[in-house]
Amino acid sequence: MNDDTQPAAVRARGIVKSFGAGDTQVTVLKGIDLDIYLGELLLLVGESGGGKTTLLSAIAGILDIDDGDIGVLGVPLSALPPGKRTRFRGQTMGFIYQQFNLLPALTAAENVAVPLLIQKIRRPEALRRARAMLDRVGLGDRVDFLPKNLSGGQQQRVAIARALVNEPRLLICDEPTAALDGPNGQKIMELLREVGRSPDRCVIVVTHDSRIFHFGDRMANLTDGRITNIERIQQEGTV
Amino acid sequence: MNYVALKMLFGDRAKYLMLLCGLTFAVMLIVQQGAIFWGLMMWSQASISNLNVPIWITDPGIAQVDEVKPLADTAVDRVRSVDGVEWAVPLYKGLLRARLANGEYHQITLTGLESATLIGRPAEVLEGRFEDILQPDAVVMDQWAVERMGGPTVVTVGTIFELNDKLARVVAIAKTQKSFTNIPVVYTTYDRAVRYAPRERRTLSYVLAKSKDGAPVADVIQRIRTQTGLGAFTEEDFGWKTILWVLKNTGIGINFGTTILLGFIVGMAIAGQTFYLFTVENLRQFGALKAMGASTFTLARMILLQAFTVGLTGYGVGIGLATVFGYLTASGGGLPFAETWQLLLLVLVALLVICTFSALISIIKLARLEPAIVFR
Ligand SMILES: Nc1ncnc2c1ncn2[C@@H]1O[C@H](COP(=O)(O)OP(=O)(O)OP(=O)(O)O)[C@@H](O)[C@H]1O
Ligand SMILES: [Mg+2]
Repeated sequence: MNDDTQPAAVRARGIVKSFGAGDTQVTVLKGIDLDIYLGELLLLVGESGGGKTTLLSAIAGILDIDDGDIGVLGVPLSALPPGKRTRFRGQTMGFIYQQFNLLPALTAAENVAVPLLIQKIRRPEALRRARAMLDRVGLGDRVDFLPKNLSGGQQQRVAIARALVNEPRLLICDEPTAALDGPNGQKIMELLREVGRSPDRCVIVVTHDSRIFHFGDRMANLTDGRITNIERIQQEGTV
Repeated sequence: MNYVALKMLFGDRAKYLMLLCGLTFAVMLIVQQGAIFWGLMMWSQASISNLNVPIWITDPGIAQVDEVKPLADTAVDRVRSVDGVEWAVPLYKGLLRARLANGEYHQITLTGLESATLIGRPAEVLEGRFEDILQPDAVVMDQWAVERMGGPTVVTVGTIFELNDKLARVVAIAKTQKSFTNIPVVYTTYDRAVRYAPRERRTLSYVLAKSKDGAPVADVIQRIRTQTGLGAFTEEDFGWKTILWVLKNTGIGINFGTTILLGFIVGMAIAGQTFYLFTVENLRQFGALKAMGASTFTLARMILLQAFTVGLTGYGVGIGLATVFGYLTASGGGLPFAETWQLLLLVLVALLVICTFSALISIIKLARLEPAIVFR
């Protein structure tokens, strides 16, 4: 399924990223090499402030890097002009954040429909597909709720529905369970693993939460600006 | 995405109302100041507009209506003989002192109308009959004269007072637009006005005229100028000449103009600032949209839509409030307030410009925004 001969969905080579300048300059990423394969869920762990979010942003093409190359599904991100990169992102990637980042003024269904609206799909059709997606994450009875009237776990499921609605091939998640309690976190991870298992998709999840480690296929450790080791996780077992 | 933009705008009631209040206040401030200014300007040419005649013939060197430069008596006939002139009548206009029965003195503007036609008479009479002005010693006062001289208990129909030591009797009260100097207006016939006035070599202040139907006013005016050597203006042009003179030669232009300009700048700054703050507060949401693949162009359109929606709403409400204000304070004509469509258009254009401008600043900020902020 994810043997190393298969072409990588994400192929990062020599990623370098610094913030600040002069005395206060910190180099967060010091040459990252990382491959993510279709059909897998990759966990990215590491100490706080180690640069995990920075790496995700770089892979998503929403943060300019200082050096290195990133290819997503065979497309070299750094070679794309900003407008094309944005469109490419809209078509191929979905995002799930620690702070759900739902639009507070929109209902659950409308929030889920946003990526489709961005792709210029008409509103009735977009809402229809959004409702169907909410149904799949178990929120079929909450489509017209505003985010503030949903629990944290429900909000995150709305966010997942939003991330999945345009069937992205790469799903990028930054601590998707951090704001959730144990059972809710488990449910979210089950959903994400299901996505990761589909053969033409992959999922990358940044997490601190050891309770969800067993949902991953591989785990990459980011320490001191480098990926120190990548290990395969025994299914349904311990690390 | 327009739908999303509008929902974002209206979704946060409190924020939206704040934004609307800022814009409404700005519009109200500007419209109100502008209307007062324009009202003052209207007042400054009230002695022209109150007479409501199409053509004014003046001394060629005339500067403004209240600075009378008398003409030779023959001017009326000379104007009448110009081709295309339907009628021409004399007008007396001069400052005199009135002495009331209680011993008070008041300066008044004496306006003498040709007795045969009473051309230049006020359109509205509040009390009495204007035609009674033809009776011996009869004069008509405007409502401001009544107010200035002590109210209806002091001056009313039937009141007798002295004009330059000669007897005058009030037969009617007419309604006029207030004038800038707020000097009361007393109407009488031309011949009697000349008798009231101090003896002077020339008594004819202006000639009022009308062009024949079918004769272009501009042509007739040009002919009057060349054939008589006098000044000739349409009512509107003479009004503008007077307004410009007031702006240039009194402090009003500078003083009031500065106030208005400040009101304008402050208003526009408030409008721009509030809207800018609104987008800044929504930066994270826009960042999320950008991360999901919304182009800068799409975001720009959303912001412009939000800006124009709230801008136009604020415009409507602001104008409404300013109008109510004007109606409450100035409906009697006692305060200057002229809300003209030109003013409203100017404010609309200015508001749209400022909305576009602040939207542009927000758009630039968004274009530079690293959507990576949404991960934080
Ligand atoms: N825009 C920025 N400007 C300056 N420094 C930044 C910026 N973004 C991140 N950093 C710095 O880069 C480092 C890595 O941040 P990052 O958010 O990637 O860490 P992280 O591994 O995701 O941490 P956490 O587990 O706490 O989320 C931190 O020291 C942070 O201060
Ligand atoms: Mg992080």
